[in-house]
Amino acid sequence: MDDAILEKLKILAESAKYDVSCASSGTFRRHQHGSIGSANGWGICHSFAEDGRCISLLKIMLTNYCMYDCAYCINRRSNDIRRATLSVTELVHLTIEFYRRNYIEGLFLSSGVVRNPDYTMERLVRIVKDLRTIHRFHGYIHLKGIPGASPELIHEAGLYADRMSINIEIPNEKSLQTLAPEKDFQSVFTPMRHIQQGILENKEDRQKFHSAPRFVPAGQSTQMIIGATPDSDRDILRLSSALYRRPSMKRVYYSGFVPVNSYDHRLPALKQPPLIREHRLYQADWLLRFYQFKVDEIVDDAFPDLDLEIDPKLAWALRHPERFPVDVNRADYEMLLRVPGLGVKSAKMILVSRRYGKISGSQLKKMGVVLKKAQYFITCHELPFQTIHEIRPERIRQLLTAARPPKEDPRQLKLIFEP
Amino acid sequence: MIIYQYDKSFEGLLSCVFEAYERKIFPETLQETGTPLPLFYDDAIQVFTDPLKANRVWKGLTHKLSPAGLSVIASCWLSELPESDILLFRYIRKAIDAPSSIELQFGDPDILKASQIAKKVNNERLRVIQFIRFQKTIDNTYFAATEPLYNVLPLVTEHFQDRFSDQIWLLYDVKRSYGYYYDLHAIKEIQLKDPVRILTTSPQGNPLLAPDEILFQKLWQTYFKSIAIQERINPQLHRQHLPVRFWKYLTEKKSL
Repeated sequence: MDDAILEKLKILAESAKYDVSCASSGTFRRHQHGSIGSANGWGICHSFAEDGRCISLLKIMLTNYCMYDCAYCINRRSNDIRRATLSVTELVHLTIEFYRRNYIEGLFLSSGVVRNPDYTMERLVRIVKDLRTIHRFHGYIHLKGIPGASPELIHEAGLYADRMSINIEIPNEKSLQTLAPEKDFQSVFTPMRHIQQGILENKEDRQKFHSAPRFVPAGQSTQMIIGATPDSDRDILRLSSALYRRPSMKRVYYSGFVPVNSYDHRLPALKQPPLIREHRLYQADWLLRFYQFKVDEIVDDAFPDLDLEIDPKLAWALRHPERFPVDVNRADYEMLLRVPGLGVKSAKMILVSRRYGKISGSQLKKMGVVLKKAQYFITCHELPFQTIHEIRPERIRQLLTAARPPKEDPRQLKLIFEP
Repeated sequence: MIIYQYDKSFEGLLSCVFEAYERKIFPETLQETGTPLPLFYDDAIQVFTDPLKANRVWKGLTHKLSPAGLSVIASCWLSELPESDILLFRYIRKAIDAPSSIELQFGDPDILKASQIAKKVNNERLRVIQFIRFQKTIDNTYFAATEPLYNVLPLVTEHFQDRFSDQIWLLYDVKRSYGYYYDLHAIKEIQLKDPVRILTTSPQGNPLLAPDEILFQKLWQTYFKSIAIQERINPQLHRQHLPVRFWKYLTEKKSL
């Protein structure tokens, strides 16, 4: 361990940073005698980078040499960037020392593809195996599956990793063919299926034998790049919703396209990453996972793209005024969740506290329910607010999207110039 | 106005509850013994802390509240907010008087307030778990200092004991000048004479730190810088997630 590793860490972290996932949730593992660390079940973010993204795991590549030439990737073989490779001991040492200082929750290991997918996967598996069996590391491990790796290697990796992910990157196969001619959907979906099979088999095994080793206990995730291809939000969300129907898929991440290879003319020229679109997609993703929405309710053929001005739930509510207003004292949980501005927490809070008596508007406010949007869509037992039927949907949209005047600072002296 | 005076300890508060039910006189204000009494009051009663009485009240509460409700009381107490004791008094009284558990009755202002404070304390507890940074000292102790808003150190030791049970560590609350020391077997509460000596690191290093400590701190800083995507820099979001009050003890925010 010396200063040379500083350079390597810098190069390999910079190569790994475009991977979005940094979750460390889904596995609960108590400390055992003679081992290092534990896993909590709920993720812990140990820091936040200056772009506001959480740093929970040591997100790093084993090597950024790569034999592929994908147009959207910074590590493509035709790019003239600095390359480095970490040795197994270096990586293990780094992980454990960082972990002991409470910098990280575990390791997120990925790699460029060297020689062939199997060779690369084998090296990744060796590292996680060393970490788990020799160093008895009990922290979180997220391992990237290499597209096209053989089922045996994927299976072995799954015995040591908490979560595995294989990135789809481009939401439709035709676009993938133009941007990454060496890849296809099959090489991504086959290992995904292997992981899923492994998880389902393991579930059965563990019902019979409690001591059966766990297989990818935190499930799998994947990632799609947004804005690199002309695909609409409908295509993206339909794919996500199909993926979520698989029992092992925990998260689909959306990564706003950062133009890393601006010289490549197959890619659109963007001034800055499509951050708002990415945000709206995540909101829609949440609606799919926690709010019991169907994908066709969020985007359909008439509205193939999400509204960038307002969130997808509000957009749905404005298209369906007939479902509102909702009486907070009577509505069921599903309907409360559909009120714009009410989240899972607020809806549950309303459910439990209305057992003790009727809830008034002022009580809602005190509970911390944000009424900015919700006020147009609910009634309490008091006099009703102005609901969506009194003020038309178009007007509500106007009210909610109106630019707020900048906050006035009382310390700022005002100079009034009369013309 | 009826005032109870007690020693500002948690057992003292529970003793106040016991006394109040025994005398059937319920206070409007709780005060620390020795503070000057306000201008107008009807009666001031001095309560002496009695562990037996406190235990009886706590045991009674375990029948009335779920573990979540009890932890609301404990967290709210650790918030150390000025009016939290009388709030807790009313909370406990409501819990005792009600036929069934009251902890979810958020229409009631006291119960709502107590659970909101407990929520804040819990959030602070999570932040301490997130943002504690250990430094390895020359005798292989992992030392971390922090200044949390609320007195949450007692709530985080369990997590650190589970996670770092094979290393000696010391968590120190600089603001309240006490800490917990884990010596591979048990956790002890300690007070340091001069915590600043361990905390100050200069580029030349600190003689109390392990020889490779500075290297790992540098590595972490390098990693922290390289992992941010320059095109997406968002200082406001950064500060929102990583409150500035924690930066003082964060390795990645320190200049080495």
